[in-house]
Amino acid sequence: MENLSLMFAPLMSSKLMIVLVFGTLFGLILGVLPGLGPTTGGALILPFTMTLDPLSAIVLLTAIYCSATYGGAITAVLINTPGTPAAAATCLDGYPLAQKGEAGRALGMATVSSTIGGIFSVVVLVFFAPLLAKLAYEFGQPEYFALAIFGLTMLASIGEGSPIKNLIAGAFGILISTIGKDFMTSIERFTYGINELSEGIGFIPVVVGLFAISEMLTQSTLLDQVFKRVALKAVKLPSLLDYKKTWKTILRSSGIGSFIGVLPAEGGTVASLIGYSEAKRWSKNPEEFGKGSVEGIAGAEAANNAATGGAMVPTLALGIPGSATTAVILTGLIIHGVRPGPDLFREQPEFLYGIFGSMLIANILFFIFGFFGAKIFARITLVPNKLLWPMIFAVSVCGTYSLSQSMLDVWIMLFFGVIGFFMRRYGFSVVPVIIGLILGELVEGTLRQSLVIFEGNWLLFLTRPIVVTFFILSFIALIFPLLRKKKV
Amino acid sequence: MSNVQKQKRANKSLPFFFKDEFKVSFTIILVSTILLISTFTFDIVPPILNRGIQPATFPKGLLLLIIGLTLIVFYLSIKKPWKIEKKLPKTFFLTLFSFILFVIVSKTLDFFLAISLLSIFVSYCWGERRLFYLILVSIIFPIIVFIFFETILGLRFPPGIITNIYYQV
Repeated sequence: MENLSLMFAPLMSSKLMIVLVFGTLFGLILGVLPGLGPTTGGALILPFTMTLDPLSAIVLLTAIYCSATYGGAITAVLINTPGTPAAAATCLDGYPLAQKGEAGRALGMATVSSTIGGIFSVVVLVFFAPLLAKLAYEFGQPEYFALAIFGLTMLASIGEGSPIKNLIAGAFGILISTIGKDFMTSIERFTYGINELSEGIGFIPVVVGLFAISEMLTQSTLLDQVFKRVALKAVKLPSLLDYKKTWKTILRSSGIGSFIGVLPAEGGTVASLIGYSEAKRWSKNPEEFGKGSVEGIAGAEAANNAATGGAMVPTLALGIPGSATTAVILTGLIIHGVRPGPDLFREQPEFLYGIFGSMLIANILFFIFGFFGAKIFARITLVPNKLLWPMIFAVSVCGTYSLSQSMLDVWIMLFFGVIGFFMRRYGFSVVPVIIGLILGELVEGTLRQSLVIFEGNWLLFLTRPIVVTFFILSFIALIFPLLRKKKV
Repeated sequence: MSNVQKQKRANKSLPFFFKDEFKVSFTIILVSTILLISTFTFDIVPPILNRGIQPATFPKGLLLLIIGLTLIVFYLSIKKPWKIEKKLPKTFFLTLFSFILFVIVSKTLDFFLAISLLSIFVSYCWGERRLFYLILVSIIFPIIVFIFFETILGLRFPPGIITNIYYQV
């Protein structure tokens, strides 16, 4: 209860409020622009957060996360292109409803359901993250190793695309983390005589390369795309009838989104698709889906925003990111010297509850900005790619260079940009690479320390019940997609 | 017959080494094998100092895993071929070329000039012809970014013909 009062600390700090307002507005702009979104935007702003204290930096990143996830709905409704992948399911009914001349109603429903979903997930975060952290007190090195493996296999199986390709991408990410001096013996690995590689490869050049630069290359192949924008007069609050029709859907999708968010996977995107299909399954009028159903919009939007709080649960409690954007937030925590996990809950509750509170406020802020400013944000979609992406390149290059003032980081960013483009083209998701890179040190460190404890006997892993449970869950996570495919 | 069907038929008749499935799998396996070989050059820790496993063991395991999984991906692609990707347009190669140009110019002449050149080149290649917008994207915006990073983040950019004028070297 005492800790809960810490949640409202951001309201008392003018600096944090300015950061929150800026983060929410910036997130909305990122969400509205197709190809950007919370992950790329978060990666781009990471270098700037170095000028802030750790709490302000993470508040900024989480505000961007919440509002950009909602912002994707504006583009989905008005131009039938999801601003973020998580808004893909919103297009299915949002755009048809807008075409009927009810763009304001569609955006109103998206705004309300996103806000409810987001707030619901913050409540889940406030109650479940400390519980999970308490559970993690019992974990030793072998348990953390098994947990990291479970995180990676879940990501491979629930994430988009082929599970095997996702596993390859995850292993590639872990492999990148081994570059540089071995942290236990100081022996150099994959440095090939380049001194700057001794310290390893930084997160930011890889994140910016894989998300921003690879997206720039992707956009270079999509220049012939023409967007038709539906006119928007004003966003309308849903009518009483709309509320009656959708309240159950909103609550169900909020629950689904929060649950999916907690699982280490591509949170919002998967959550919105499941939220949408469940809304259709439970609806009294499933035939209206795809033709402009408000239930469809509510189902998808409540779920994708609910995934934001859910994804923060494992990120803060265990240091295992629940989604691509939380991987960027985790990177932000690490570069500010904050190591998430159970100790953080015990030692810095004001820091954690400040994050919870700012997520809650960010959800309210994007409701206000979205409701009154959607028309202005919709105009941002008119910025042509031929101007936008060269500007993003300039920011990416300077941002990446700024961290350690090394041109090698810029070359690494470009290299991973090209790799990321080809990975996406051939169906390899780039998200597991980032999560593998972040978890790499944890996976290798805990494995090697466990082997020291077990005196090199691998079989002793099987004597720990939590480890065995995680291994079984990992196995199920791996074979589940195969079984599902066979069933289909 | 639709274009997609025609393309599918054409793809079926291609020798296997021209197919994306093979090219991608082959590249991953080749690079992984080279890296795997290089792990044998890593220093070995004497048994008395060795904690758990040798430093090369973990990357070796990962590379073997990647090779094994890639072989599975390739095997599965024989049963179910991958979706045929559209040919990459000229603008993609021009954008890729602009990256190379950026590297050369920033290494030999100037970092700021490299950003400016890349911006104007990409913007032009992507279809922008209005002079004001080309100037905005290639000169005005990079100057704003440059000054922002220099003053707010206290960043010192690498020396070059334009940057030196700014720093009055």
